[in-house]
Amino acid sequence: MQALYAQLLVGLINGSFYALLSLGLAVIFGMLNIINFAHGALYMMGAFCAYFLLNLVGLNYWWALLIAPILVGIFGMILERTMLQWLTGLDHLYGLLLTFGIALIVQGVFQNYFGSSGLPYAIPDQLKGGINLGFMFLPIYRAWVVIFSLVICVATWFLIEKTRLGAYLRAATENPTLVRAFGVNVPRMITLTYGLGVGLAALAGVLSAPINQVRPLMGADLIIVVFAVVVIGGMGSIMGSIITGFALGVIEGLTKYFYPEASNTVVFVLMVLVLLVKPTGLTGRAA
Amino acid sequence: MTDTAMADAPAKAATGGNILQVRNLEAWYGESHILHGINFDVNAGEVVTLLGRNGAGKTTTLKSIMGIIGKRTGSIKFNNQDIIRSTSDKIARMGIAFCPEERGIFSSLDVRENLLLPPVVRAGGLPLEQIFDLFPNLKERLNSQGTKLSGGEQQMLAIARILRTGASFLMLDEPTEGLAPVIIQQIGHTIARLKKEGFTILLVEQNFRFASTVADRYYVVEHGKIIDGFANSELAANMDKLHTYLGV
Repeated sequence: MQALYAQLLVGLINGSFYALLSLGLAVIFGMLNIINFAHGALYMMGAFCAYFLLNLVGLNYWWALLIAPILVGIFGMILERTMLQWLTGLDHLYGLLLTFGIALIVQGVFQNYFGSSGLPYAIPDQLKGGINLGFMFLPIYRAWVVIFSLVICVATWFLIEKTRLGAYLRAATENPTLVRAFGVNVPRMITLTYGLGVGLAALAGVLSAPINQVRPLMGADLIIVVFAVVVIGGMGSIMGSIITGFALGVIEGLTKYFYPEASNTVVFVLMVLVLLVKPTGLTGRAA
Repeated sequence: MTDTAMADAPAKAATGGNILQVRNLEAWYGESHILHGINFDVNAGEVVTLLGRNGAGKTTTLKSIMGIIGKRTGSIKFNNQDIIRSTSDKIARMGIAFCPEERGIFSSLDVRENLLLPPVVRAGGLPLEQIFDLFPNLKERLNSQGTKLSGGEQQMLAIARILRTGASFLMLDEPTEGLAPVIIQQIGHTIARLKKEGFTILLVEQNFRFASTVADRYYVVEHGKIIDGFANSELAANMDKLHTYLGV
């Protein structure tokens, strides 16, 4: 039974990363209509940023949680201003190819300097150790990742669904020309939205660093599963991405317990089933 | 009035000083040349109506003024400031508001969010109480999804949301299209009341019977040019010509 709970926890942690990453992808897709294949590379940059901040500047994990998403977010905004904005109105394929190319370049550069092996990043002192719950041992850092991710996901959902700024974002997703004609600087809003989505990826990278080590290809391994999550949840759906992210993490964890051989493929099997039954995803709307 | 005459001397305005001056306005959708040198003026406090058949260039004229047509040349002066090169967000912040023909109600926003969406660009916009006084239906439907409203309510919402921004120059593109006579009457009362409040309105209409109840002056657009212009007091005398222009 303890093994089941342990796998459930692993599932929840993976689900946290899936949710944070797919949420960023959903925000970017909704606003920019771009399938951001660079997301995994930007997640990796978040983890490396935390590593550099600690080893070069001496700023600890807590500072990294704040600074890394901002720095990587600024990098993302530069990408959007210099490259992605020119793809407005073009077929999705162009955005996909461009961002895939960016991902390969970024990962290639990091691999060139740091090789493929992982760099260690220690769990912060305040989050070391664990709690014995009786039925299982709960590592504090892992519980922190799940709770913090959940808080960030809900905060992002609230920002987009319940605030004036979110109303601008949702309206601009539908009709950017009219929103701009109301006096809203839509191009600047698009840049900031891309920065927000990228910042979420970087935040997931920082959270992941103490668990998964810091590796140039850490994002490449994860992003394929995250795209499956996004397809299942429905492209562009904020709440769909969050719920599907956590749910698929848990399903993956349960599969590891009940039928380990299928644990790496269960998400893709579900993706195929959802595409067959509801091509727009569980919570997605038809274009 | 001939094209040249229109270019040289736009129809005389009745009310305040000149607020909008359009000269030799040309506009393109991709390779299609839509406007071929539009000239007209709007004075402060007036309701000016652009009449014309489908595809004549009326909507394109409004969109060109609003800055949402990619390629346009000529001169558009708003309060003596040339806005031909300005982006639409900057034009909106100068005090011009646009209500599109398709109404542009956002389906992912409820009525309240739709109403509060356009940012306040300057002081002097109508407070919400006054807007609800003009459109009582909206107050009862605040939590409904924007696109769940009836056509008439959506039109009211589309007009209402630009009234609170502080913009003093409103461009309404066919606000009566597809609406029941009783709603058209209500929109007419609203426009008359807005005029009284001091708004300047540039209206695009095909329904000149409706326009005649609110307009001070008319311009007739055909093939991307202004081909005629007259005051409301001259409407009766121009009726035959108007029937020919509009093909009614």
